[in-house]
Amino acid sequence: MAIKVVERRPLTLAERSYLPQILAGLKVTWDNMVRPPVTLQYPDERPAIPQNYRGVPTLVMDPNGREKCVSCQLCEFVCPPKAIRITPGEIAPDAPNAHVEKAPQEFEINMLRCIYCGLCQEVCPEEAIWLQSQYSMTGTNREMMVNNKARLYELGGTLPDGHHKWDKKKQEAERQAQEGH
Amino acid sequence: MEAFLRDLLLNTAWYFTAARGLILILIVMTIAGYSVLLERKASAWIQGRIGPNRTNHPLIAWIPGLGNFLMKGGFIQPAADGLKFLFKEDALPGHVRKTYYVLAPIVALAPALIVLIMLPFGKLPTGEAISLTQGADVGVLFMFAVSSLGVYGIALAGWSANSKFPFLGAVRGSAQLISYELAMGLSVLTVFLATSGPGQDHGLSLVAIVDAQTGAWNILYHPVAALVFLISIFAETNRHPFDMPESETDLVGGFHTEYGAFKFGLFFVAEYGHMVIGSSLFILMFLGGWHVLPWVPTVGSGAVASLLGVAAFFAKLCFFLFFFVWVRWTIPRFRYDQVMRIGWRVLLPVAILNLLVYFLYYALTGAR
Amino acid sequence: MVTDNKPSLVTINVDGVEHQVPAGANLVDALGKIGKEVPHYCYHPKLPVAGNCRMCLVELGSPMRDRATNEVVMENGKPKIGWQPKPAIACATNVSPGLHVRLESPGVKACREGVTEMLLLNHPLDCPICDQAGECKLQEFSAEYGRGYSRYLDEKNAKPKKTRLGPRVTLDDERCILCSRCVRFSSEIAKDPVLGFVNRGSFNTLTCFPGRELDNNYSLNTVDICPVGALTSTDFRFKMRVWFLKQTPSIDTESSAGANTTVWSREGKIYRVTPRRNDAVNDTWMADSGRELFKAVEAPNRVTAATVKQAPATLEAALVAAQQALAAGPLAIVGSAHMSVEEQRLLARLAQARNAVVYVPAHLGKGDGLLVSEDRTPNFRGALVTGLTDRAPVADLKALAADIDAGKVKSVLIVREDAVMLGLPASTLAKVRSVALATHHSVTTAAAEVVLPALTVFERSGTFINCQFRLQAFAQAVPARPARCPTASCSRDSPASTPRTSGPSSPPPCPRSPVSTARSSPPKASRSTAPPGRTTSSPKANC
Repeated sequence: MAIKVVERRPLTLAERSYLPQILAGLKVTWDNMVRPPVTLQYPDERPAIPQNYRGVPTLVMDPNGREKCVSCQLCEFVCPPKAIRITPGEIAPDAPNAHVEKAPQEFEINMLRCIYCGLCQEVCPEEAIWLQSQYSMTGTNREMMVNNKARLYELGGTLPDGHHKWDKKKQEAERQAQEGH
Repeated sequence: MEAFLRDLLLNTAWYFTAARGLILILIVMTIAGYSVLLERKASAWIQGRIGPNRTNHPLIAWIPGLGNFLMKGGFIQPAADGLKFLFKEDALPGHVRKTYYVLAPIVALAPALIVLIMLPFGKLPTGEAISLTQGADVGVLFMFAVSSLGVYGIALAGWSANSKFPFLGAVRGSAQLISYELAMGLSVLTVFLATSGPGQDHGLSLVAIVDAQTGAWNILYHPVAALVFLISIFAETNRHPFDMPESETDLVGGFHTEYGAFKFGLFFVAEYGHMVIGSSLFILMFLGGWHVLPWVPTVGSGAVASLLGVAAFFAKLCFFLFFFVWVRWTIPRFRYDQVMRIGWRVLLPVAILNLLVYFLYYALTGAR
Repeated sequence: MVTDNKPSLVTINVDGVEHQVPAGANLVDALGKIGKEVPHYCYHPKLPVAGNCRMCLVELGSPMRDRATNEVVMENGKPKIGWQPKPAIACATNVSPGLHVRLESPGVKACREGVTEMLLLNHPLDCPICDQAGECKLQEFSAEYGRGYSRYLDEKNAKPKKTRLGPRVTLDDERCILCSRCVRFSSEIAKDPVLGFVNRGSFNTLTCFPGRELDNNYSLNTVDICPVGALTSTDFRFKMRVWFLKQTPSIDTESSAGANTTVWSREGKIYRVTPRRNDAVNDTWMADSGRELFKAVEAPNRVTAATVKQAPATLEAALVAAQQALAAGPLAIVGSAHMSVEEQRLLARLAQARNAVVYVPAHLGKGDGLLVSEDRTPNFRGALVTGLTDRAPVADLKALAADIDAGKVKSVLIVREDAVMLGLPASTLAKVRSVALATHHSVTTAAAEVVLPALTVFERSGTFINCQFRLQAFAQAVPARPARCPTASCSRDSPASTPRTSGPSSPPPCPRSPVSTARSSPPKASRSTAPPGRTTSSPKANC
């Protein structure tokens, strides 16, 4: 392998004096100075959160107010830091959404453990858990950093849903029952 | 003794002196404080940030418009900074040499104050120079001599702190001062050669130098000397890119590593005091002092002219303080060996050569 | 019963590779043994072959023979294989010499994909709420052979989602794939034919016979063998996903049959107990009654700390008190057939040293001829083998009460038995110093002077000897609920607890029907390593 020696070009006097470089540098900083600032006055000004932002994981309801989570515990299984803890339960037979059969009794996400990876949202077969735009979680003790089911629904709210899988299934069952099957 | 005390109490001149001293300290502190604000704001702008804009006082916030402006501009921030230094716990580390440790910030600040009271910064309509002490134009040699004493504060701080990083910072500071003092002194000699030529009786008076710049400013006649002097005052004031004694990246905090609270604040003030001195000297010797523009020494007449002259001086001073900050956030810190090489192998030969050229020119042509 | 003969092997050819398999074996089992899985739903090794799911379709062939000469037709130096024109179900095929099987051919793959698509036509998208998810055969094979979307344009069939088949079994009809395993189990194994299919086509539905319900003591086995989530355990329903559960091999303690079980627990809480296959003992079945026993671990009346004269005491103080109580005079011991072999051995040594009379009470019930024997203790054979007792179990403790009344006994040690209920009145017990080791509070612990906590079978490891004199190990499934337990320390590092009772040669386990298992076998030294893949307990058996 031939070695090619590349000679460094000798510096000119101006370059050796370093002064033009300093002047060029001063121009760069000056240009920066007259440019508007890029920072935000955080508590007063809030950044625009993009739609696909992965903030605090939350539980959502469908437009009919039905809780979407069926406590399949896939998120609990997939959660890398084991931040999710679900106590599954059966829906009372007289409840309006009894046809779904299963819903979480308790659903806790420990935000001290959560790493905001979004795997829970990705794995959820019911599209019930969403990492939404909430990015600021504070608490003065460890218990406050564990979001329980009520808090998760409060944070999550309602998301539009085009599927209505369970409602359609219930309607179909009622239709077939009427037809005498 | 009793007579001395009675004299001390009854002689009103003392009170005026004391009051003047207090005013001076307040002025210097304020200038230093607002220099810090300038430093913070300018660095923020350069870095795309906003800078301090939160501090306010209820009384000021109440003023419509102005209160908000003062807050957004950070103009109340220096008060908060100063009060913070004042009210912080003044910890005294157990391993320091206590007397010298306490003395060091005072030694650092005192020369700056002494020089500042002697700086002329304008001219009365009567033709007398304006400075904080009457008729104290003792010449530039004295100023150089006293302001260089500031490095004793650094040396003392580094030594008395009794730990490694401050000591290294102090040694660097001393060596750097010696290296650049030479080039600085030699560079200004050409100016004095021109002003105090044979047959002229000005000594080394700064007022005379300013007076001699009614036409073109000295920077046009002595560009090399001005450049060497400018670089040297950066080094003398330990500003970036020459802040070897502090040098956070390799020396933690340099000479003031072990200092906190108000003692650290004094070092801070001293640094900005030296910046003011260096800038003022440059303005007086190369930028026409209180002359408004080249070939336009005064605008108006009488008191108006005097006031405009002082304003011109302070405008130039403000620009220089900003220039210090601007350079700091532009150029990275030199390596210590580079600092030494620039001082000894570049600036000193250049200054000597410059002096020789001007000397020969004046000697051969007799021109001024 | 015990056959030392190795089954004769035959050579079959699977996808061009020759394998040795036992002659006459079912093809699904034979291929499973050589590591080739044949997907199947309706086939179960312990049930009659029905062949109705069609998932195990494979291509079969055999060497062609010349009709005239009966010579094998050769082609390119190899026998020419005559492949059957249509695929056949492997579960209804027994291996024969020279059988050729294709498992990987495009035809077989098409068969599996077709069957899977057919089964998924009406199958609900219930996996998120289905308890079978994670151990569902349909889920597994859909992942392999499903197409990922449905071509079915009509609406899916709606069927009843929550039918009560019996006190312990709930049926979700939509999920049923009509494999008929449960029907066959009920009629062939449980001998209680109550299940059957009604209606035809899409409306084909599993149901109980009119007026009957699935309430026999083996009903939960239908849940175990259901390949999908149609039959669910009412107790375990919606409790926990199976993939979180830790499986621990254990032994059923409800009777001396000693059915092998798997304990499913998560973070110290047991969720269910299922049978573990052991062809020599329980095949793949167990009784429903044995599945409820784990609830005793978290029962409110557990003994969780030592007491002295009914006052809470530290373990050290209680042990000192127990020592003093036992040293009071002539000692009588009420041992138990619920103790492990290791515990019994230690108790036997104590009895020997103190020359104490040992009573091992009997717990008898009605045997069902399957997996619940008349002897309702797991380890009376252990008491015989370890020398704890050499008599038949005593029906009650009246003899001990008489001895106490006569003043022949001054102190009594009661281990894992409710002595008061067995005829030793509390007033009699009060006459002597008494120490009771117990898992749960009872009238005996209320009467005993010193009570020490003991561990349930789920909280310790050890060995039992079942009615076949088969030594079977069980492992600790969950952490002990009493924080400190004396039996944990007394049996550790004790070489005396080593249950070495038989000679070096152990006959291999022989296949037995569970029916013959349950009858009390004659005591003989046919000791074998109990569960497949597990060694018997080490000398360092914990309590």
